[in-house]
Amino acid sequence: MMAETAPQSNWVKRIEPWLLLAPMLIVLATVTAWPLARTAYLSFMHASLDDGDLPRFIGFGNYLALMKDGDWWHAVRNTAFFAVISVTLETLAGVAIALLIDSQIKGRGALRAVMLIPWAIPTVVSAQMWQWMLHDQYGVVNALLIKLGFISHGIAWTAGAGTAMAAIIAVDVWQTTPFMVLLILAGLQIIPRDLYEAAKVDGAPGWAQFFYITLPLLWPTLAVAILFRLLDAVRMFDLAYVLSSKSRETATISIYARQQLVDFQDVGYGSAVAMLVFLMISLVAAIYIQITKIRLISE
Amino acid sequence: MADLSLSNVRKAFGALNVLHGIDLKIEDGEFVVFVGPSGCGKSTLLRAIAGLEDISGGDIRIGGEIVNHVPPAERQIAMVFQSYALYPHMDVYTNMAFGLKFAKIPKDEIDRRVRKAASILKLDAVLDRKPGALSGGQRQRVAIGRAIVRQPKAFLFDEPLSNLDAALRVNTRIEIAKLHRELGATMIYVTHDQVEAMTLADKIVVLNAGRIEQVGTPLDLYHAPANLFVAGFIGSPAMNLMEARVSAVADGNMKLSVGEQHISLPYSGAPVAPGATVTVGIRPEHWIPGDGPSVKIEGTVDLVEHLGETSIVYLRLADGQMITVRYPGDIFCTAGDRFVADAPAAAVHLFDAAGQAMLGRRSGPAYGILGQEFRAR
Repeated sequence: MMAETAPQSNWVKRIEPWLLLAPMLIVLATVTAWPLARTAYLSFMHASLDDGDLPRFIGFGNYLALMKDGDWWHAVRNTAFFAVISVTLETLAGVAIALLIDSQIKGRGALRAVMLIPWAIPTVVSAQMWQWMLHDQYGVVNALLIKLGFISHGIAWTAGAGTAMAAIIAVDVWQTTPFMVLLILAGLQIIPRDLYEAAKVDGAPGWAQFFYITLPLLWPTLAVAILFRLLDAVRMFDLAYVLSSKSRETATISIYARQQLVDFQDVGYGSAVAMLVFLMISLVAAIYIQITKIRLISE
Repeated sequence: MADLSLSNVRKAFGALNVLHGIDLKIEDGEFVVFVGPSGCGKSTLLRAIAGLEDISGGDIRIGGEIVNHVPPAERQIAMVFQSYALYPHMDVYTNMAFGLKFAKIPKDEIDRRVRKAASILKLDAVLDRKPGALSGGQRQRVAIGRAIVRQPKAFLFDEPLSNLDAALRVNTRIEIAKLHRELGATMIYVTHDQVEAMTLADKIVVLNAGRIEQVGTPLDLYHAPANLFVAGFIGSPAMNLMEARVSAVADGNMKLSVGEQHISLPYSGAPVAPGATVTVGIRPEHWIPGDGPSVKIEGTVDLVEHLGETSIVYLRLADGQMITVRYPGDIFCTAGDRFVADAPAAAVHLFDAAGQAMLGRRSGPAYGILGQEFRAR
């Protein structure tokens, strides 16, 4: 009897994990794999909704055109600039605020709750809110600066050549620093307190405790937090779209892809842009994980 | 190396007083053990000496100098933490050298000290490993090594053996005793384990609820506990403490009743009124019939435990009190048997209603019961 049931139970054992994984695999296939494959396919076609022609295969034509597209490269530069500056500022502010909350200051419970508010607001809402606050005639920011005597007349922050990107970065930092604080705080709280006591007995001054103990032990957490923010920043769309949607000065690669796909109805070219956005994000993640040697899956 | 003195050291966390005026003198080169139950303030006292806790009152002197507000690093002490507190991202060498870097000690001197400590502690082969790759015993030795290289005036140990398994604990205990002999340094050691206290200490400080109960050599505390707390805390199994009533004191004798049973003890202390309640203490291992005057207590055997080298008999007295008797070797009796426990009168401790010892005892060979036994053979 044992000999009869053994092969069957082996077969069940082999099939069981796949049965359990099936729902997730089907969902992933329909919402991720299929759209990605479809986009990749379209990126090799000339396909426009404007001219009523059927899509036709043009090989790397879209990609070659893209390589010579000044607006695309401008969007790449904008995205890189935005990602590097905003993530750097968010990391520095995040570490500073997390250290503050982690120390034994009074009212840190309230501080922790208040701090999370910007992050809890949907991006489009907070972007619109800042749009109004930064308005050149009716905005509270300009009103305040005029009252304090820093400026004589309202500045169109989100429209100006030099100020639009700065405004977007400022709003992004305002909005996502809490996320960094939260992750970094969790990282700080798993560092055993007695390491700091040992360091005190060892005579390590405050700066040395930070650089020799806090930072190395925080690094695994910090590296993952930075990766999350970096990927978010590279595909950033909503903030720039609401604050200064038409401006070439602030268009990111995601905005550029949308512009080709939706505004210009150029499905083939837009798909090529989308594929490049996808590849760039993958590349950034791969390089970053290589450099920082972080382990996303614990062993 | 230096002596250390505490005078009226107090510590409060908010409204909670954890140390109520500690006075203590620790001589240069002495091995002092703070022992007491959880929450007695022993670790807080150690941390106060280290400078990791600010004291709320009193003075701490190291080598004659008041160090109340001196930061830990400048007190020239080294501390071994219960969790070892090794820096997990640094290898063993760097862990040990870390503190010396900030003391502005030249590189070759740091190297010399680290390698010397490593060879004393047999860590030469693992200098380039990280703490995560070490065994519990090795981590413990790295923590000690980190203390040694500082060449401190005093070593502070906070329950250093509590994370080790039983066998390793005994080994490490012996290593620490040897280390103390070799370095001749002042060592202060906190533990709740009385075996560690008895085996390591030159001087034991028994703490309870933020106060010192007694300070003395291990044998002082064993043979002449100053009060009920120390009597019950030192010794395992714990001393039998029986409630008794004084019925008469006359002709250098005290007559007592324990429940319905009457015992008599030689007594020449302060006058005691008949009817006073006292506590009679007899260690389980002292229920050994001798030649001189003795105290006999009768009861019923509740349980017998055979440990091979000793047998432990739990007796229930008529009034419900339990006493423990420990005999060397085997004893043959079973639950329900009537049993008379017999101890020399000289082995009896007596405590007044306030828990203070009433018989002015000194430890020493004249008193040691087992010592007498050995001499008799």
